[in-house]
Order: sequence, then C-alpha cells, then structure tokens
Amino acid sequence: MSGPSISRRDILRTLAISAVGGSVLQVIPAEAAEYVHQMVNKEKAAEPSGQYKPKYFSAHQYATLVSLCDAIIPKDATSGSALEAGAPEFIDLLTSENDQYQLRLGGGLLWLDSFCADRYNTSYLGCTTGQRKEVLDLIAFRQNAKKDGALSQGVAFFALVRNLTCDAFYTSKIGIADLQYIGNTAVRDFPGCPPIPKT
Amino acid sequence: MAQVNRSPKVYDVCVIGSGAGGGMAAKILTEGGLSVVMLEAGPPLNPEKDFKMLTWPYELEHRGAGVGGFARARFSEFLAPNGAWTIEGEPYTSAPGSNFQWFRSRIVGGRTNHWGRIALRFSPIDFKSGTRDGLGADWPITYEDLAPYYDHVESYIGVFGTRENISSAPDGVFLPPPKPRCTELLLKKACDKLNVICIPSRLAILTRPLNGRLACHYCGQCGRGCVTESNFSSSQVLIPPAMKTGKLNLVTGAMAREIILGKDGKAQGVSYIDTATRTEKRVNARAVVVAASACESARLLLNSKSPLFPDGLANSSGTVGRYLMDSVGSDGFGILPQLEKMPPHNHDGVGGMHMYIPWWKFDRKNDFPRGYHIEFHGGRNMPGVGMFDHLCHREEGYGVQLKQRARQVYGTYVGLSGRGEMIPNPDSYCEIDPDIVDQWGIPVLRFHFRWSEYELRQAQDMQATFRSIIETMGGEYLTKTAIDGKHPFGISEGGRIIHEVGTARMGPDPKTSVLNGYCQTHDVKNVFVMDGAPLVTNPDKNPTLTIMALAWRASEYLLSEAGKGNI
Repeated sequence: MSGPSISRRDILRTLAISAVGGSVLQVIPAEAAEYVHQMVNKEKAAEPSGQYKPKYFSAHQYATLVSLCDAIIPKDATSGSALEAGAPEFIDLLTSENDQYQLRLGGGLLWLDSFCADRYNTSYLGCTTGQRKEVLDLIAFRQNAKKDGALSQGVAFFALVRNLTCDAFYTSKIGIADLQYIGNTAVRDFPGCPPIPKT
Repeated sequence: MAQVNRSPKVYDVCVIGSGAGGGMAAKILTEGGLSVVMLEAGPPLNPEKDFKMLTWPYELEHRGAGVGGFARARFSEFLAPNGAWTIEGEPYTSAPGSNFQWFRSRIVGGRTNHWGRIALRFSPIDFKSGTRDGLGADWPITYEDLAPYYDHVESYIGVFGTRENISSAPDGVFLPPPKPRCTELLLKKACDKLNVICIPSRLAILTRPLNGRLACHYCGQCGRGCVTESNFSSSQVLIPPAMKTGKLNLVTGAMAREIILGKDGKAQGVSYIDTATRTEKRVNARAVVVAASACESARLLLNSKSPLFPDGLANSSGTVGRYLMDSVGSDGFGILPQLEKMPPHNHDGVGGMHMYIPWWKFDRKNDFPRGYHIEFHGGRNMPGVGMFDHLCHREEGYGVQLKQRARQVYGTYVGLSGRGEMIPNPDSYCEIDPDIVDQWGIPVLRFHFRWSEYELRQAQDMQATFRSIIETMGGEYLTKTAIDGKHPFGISEGGRIIHEVGTARMGPDPKTSVLNGYCQTHDVKNVFVMDGAPLVTNPDKNPTLTIMALAWRASEYLLSEAGKGNI
C-alpha cells in the first residue's frame, strides 16, 4: 500500500466482495470502516498540534465558547461532553470560514460579556457557577425573550451555539454511540422492523 | 476567439451531456454501431475517491456541514459530487418577482450520481392530460408507445417494486422490494385506516444482483454514490457499456457553447469551451443529441443563433424555454411517541423510502387538477448535522435534560414529502439574459417562474393529508405553514424539487412545439433533445425513468433513420 487512496480502494474492494459473500458479511465491512477511521486518526495525530489553537476566536472568546458547549451538552452517566466530542474546535473551524457566524457568534460572545458586566460586574467567565446558571436560564429559553425584549439577541445567539454544539456532539463517535445508532455497514438482507413495543 | 481548434474527424453523433438521457443515448447509439463523441462540462468521476460511502461524519473535518457550515441546511457534503445550487463563474438570474432555483451537476453522470432513485412510470392518462381536463396539451405519443421502453429500462437498470394494478401508478418490471421500516409500517397502518393507498416504493436500487452489478448492502446512503454499483447512475450503468463498444469518445471539461448549422440546414457539429485551457474547440458530427438537462439544453439551443434561426436553433415555434415546469413540493413532519420505546436496531435499508403513497384520489373530484404522491422519510437514521435542530427549537434549554430528550426523540420523527404535478403556465419559462455571460463567455439563462392557484391548492391538500396521517398514527404534526407569503402551504420555490422539465416540448404541431414524438426537432432533422426538455407534462412521477425510456426510444429511431440515410 502506497498511500491513503490505495488503502481506501482496497477497503472498498473488500467491501464489494463481502457484500456477496456469506457469513463474514457483518464483520469485514465493520473492520474496513474502523480501518478508515484509524487512518484518519493517524493522519490527525501526525499533525504537529498539541494544544488546539483557535483559527478564529480570541483566547478569551474561545474559553467562553468552551464553557458554553460544556454547559449545553455536559458529561453524564451515559456519555461524555460536547468538549470530548470536539464541539469548540468544530464551531471555531466553521466560524473561521463563515462571516455570518463571525458576526453572530463573535458579536454574541461580546453581548454575553456585556450582559454579565451589567448584572454582575464581571465577564461571563468571571461569573460564579450560580451566576452563569442564572444567565443561561434566561437566554436558553425563547419564552424569556417574549417577556423581556432585552434578552432576544442573547436568546438568538444561544440558540445558534446550541444548534452547532448538537451538530458537533451528535456527529461524533461518542454522540452517535449515545443515541445507539446501529448501521452504516453492509448487511446481506435488510431485516425489517423488530416488534414495536405496546405503549 | 483568435484560434479555433478544429478536429477533422466526423463522428456519427455528438451527445451533449452524460446524465440519464445522454448516457442512455450513448449506450443505445454505440451498441447500434454508431461512433459517438460525448461532451461533458464537468470532470470525470472516480467513485472510489469521490463517493463517501460508509464514511462517518466524524471522519470529515466539517462533519458533513461543509466549509463554513454552508452545506448545513441543504445537501450535505456527503452527497455524491459536484452538484450545486450555485456554481462559481456560472451564474443564472431570475427576473424581478421570480425566484427559480437551478441545481446543476457538472460531472460525468450528472445528477444521476446523487438522485433519489425514485423510478415511477407515467400513467396512460398522463399522456392525454389536455383532453382529460382542458389544461395544457396532450403528448404526441401514448403510454402504449412508451411501455416497451419502460420495460427495457427497468429490466436493464433494475427497479424494485410490487405489482399493484393502480391506474395512476402503472406496474413495471420489478425486483422484490425491501421489507418496510418501523416508521413505514406505522404509516401503512394509518393509511389503511384513512383509505389512502400505501404500497412498496419503486426505486432504481438492486435488491438482487443484476447485469453484473452487486445487490444492495443496505447502508442507506445511495445519495452518496455507491461503490458497488448497486443503484442506478448513468456514470456507472450507462457510460461503461457504451465505452466497452470502443465507439464512445467521452470528452470531459467540455462546455458546449453552440450547435453549428451548415448551409444545408443541418447541424454540422458543436463548438465548446475546453474548460482546462479556456480555448474554443469544435467537434463534427452527422447528428447532435442535446441532453444537457432541460434548461441547459434550452440555453444551448437559444444560444445557437444563425441566419436561418435568429431566435435560436430549432426555435421557429418560439417555444424553446417555454412550458417550464418543476414538481409541486410541500413537506411536513411529525413526531411519534410510540417509537420512543423501540429497541435500537438497524433502520438504514436502501437509500430511500421502502413504502410510499401513489396518487390515490384519481377517482374523485378534487379542488385542483391532476395529483401528487407522498414520499416517506425519518426514523433511526445515521445522526447528522441539523438532526436535533427541531428539538433545540421546540424544547430549548441545555444540559443533561437536553441530552435525555435527544435520546428520547431520536428515531421518532417521520417526514412526508408531497410531490405533485404543475400545470404549465405562461409566466414560467427561461430565456437568455440580455446582459450577463458566464466565465466561458456564454450568455446565461434568466428564469421566470410563478405557481398558479392550481399548485397552491394542491400544496394545501398535501398539508391537510400529512396532518391526518400523522394524527391517525397517534403522532403530533409539527409543521406549520402560512396561507400566504413566500411559501403558501409550504410550497417549494420553483426548481427546488429538481424536476425542471418541458423547455423543448414534443408535439404534433411544429408551430407550438419543438420536437416530434421521437425527440427530433421539427426544424432540424439531425438534432434531437433527450433529457427532461421533451416532456409535455410533468406528472407526479419523478421524471428520470421517463427521460430514459424516451431517450432509448428516440435513440432507436435515430439509429433506424441513420440506417435509411435520413440523417
């Protein structure tokens, strides 16, 4: 094998053969998919990185974003957090390429700090855990903006961060496992629907 | 252009475009012994490199959202390559008050690389629409004329389905269908209660090996392109046999600019821009098959001006670009709490619905003409970007409760898409924009488009039907539509369903149509149009199967005329 494209071709050939084969069917494609995944990880590991350097956000903005992502999808008994799923890196990447996101997220992060400065005389990151919760409980619900128009920009900002954080989490390995998605593999026959439990 | 590169070789036929129509023409014509040069504006396709089959979202840097997240709300970056609503350097315009969306694929195989594979025959009555209700025109051919070619196409490309004997949805040559998914079982049950016909769908996907191609492996990703060639694309199913004859010369990066008319009133060849070198080149051929997609073909004809045809080649009727139709589209979705308790299971199946609703109200009086079918989606699909947008909007909040709700609602959404027939109207057409050329120097299209009351009433009926089905299932219907504004009853923008057809329609009268029943232009005997442009009507059946049946029939006619020396 002389490079990733050859490897990939081999994998796909294996897959093509296994799709008409017999008992190995369920196994080989999964191995093939896993191999592709490991290849990608290896390529990533080969990059001289270490600490992630944000492409767009300043250190302070990025730290605030990290805090928000972690609050939106925290670790629980079933799975890890949005941070483990790479949400801040994902959002930073998209934002570095999209001037609308730059405006809405960059401006939104400033709005958040100004809001906290007005209420608590400090930035969002400077707030206590309890103060942050107060802020999030205000901007995480659209109905609050209906009651208090001054919140509407914060609510819109938080909604975008929440959508992007969910995107990142539920496209990650741990997020997909959390949902117990089964598939993305080659099977000989589609089994149809298992019995639907009575409600 | 200072230098025009002329190739001395004269081919029998020049086919412009490599999608469903062009691919079929190339196959039939080369197998019939003719030499064919095919011009494709885009690059060659390399399935092993270009297709993202079995790739997980986390294996892509942008997770499927695309650069800048721009693919987020539309087609994701998983889609088989090179189709887009906008192509850099190749604009199109909409006239004031119109908003037409045009999806173009510049690549070998065109839009068949990613299409939905829904392969439905038009019904006998669809060819006699003008007589039936006085709207639009009849076709110059009948269902019986086309039926043998539907048989040929289905037998060759492979379509699954079941024999049902429903007049609005004629049966074909079918492979066995896949088993229904859970969502589809519940939909079927609700439809039975409502007396709505719900049957196995008909998709160009192999549930059995066919003609050297492998059977489907049920990864649910047909739209990404299939490395095992288990679904239909022109690039994998039509171009290879044409290549095998040794009679096809496929030229990629060749953007057709003009069909050249000889002094004898026949086409002599095609001039094109070689996109790699930005130079003009020319191929000579005894006949030309235009199959660049309905609007692109109209553009080429309109741009091929000559003293004999000052308004565009084969356009003595003035109807090239007219009768532009898309499908009426309106979508809705609901949530089914009874699916919350489903054990995790593989729901992927084929890359499309296993069941659907054909037009079922054909035997009663409706407050709109013609009809629509309903497509299904939803269930435990592979998670992707945007999947929980609705949850985030509806339930809001953050933290562990958001995660718990995501687990609870995952797989419980069901989507319904109505796809219906538009009546051609005088306000919907394309023409050459007087001011703008693309990066190749070719004048671009300007679109005019308007839905009429007929289509709006149809969309209204779709929404009412969606609601009744979801509520009969014990679910909650979540789509909200306005009765006016930009999208009354959720009706799509023109072009958005990507079924644009009709811009060089067939007809018996050269004064009111461009083509005869064999897709041959009335005006120039050696010019044919074999894509969506010949369609006289755009019934609620997706056009691709009919495009291929028409192209097969027209290509046989071309072969026979060539044999008689008439071309």
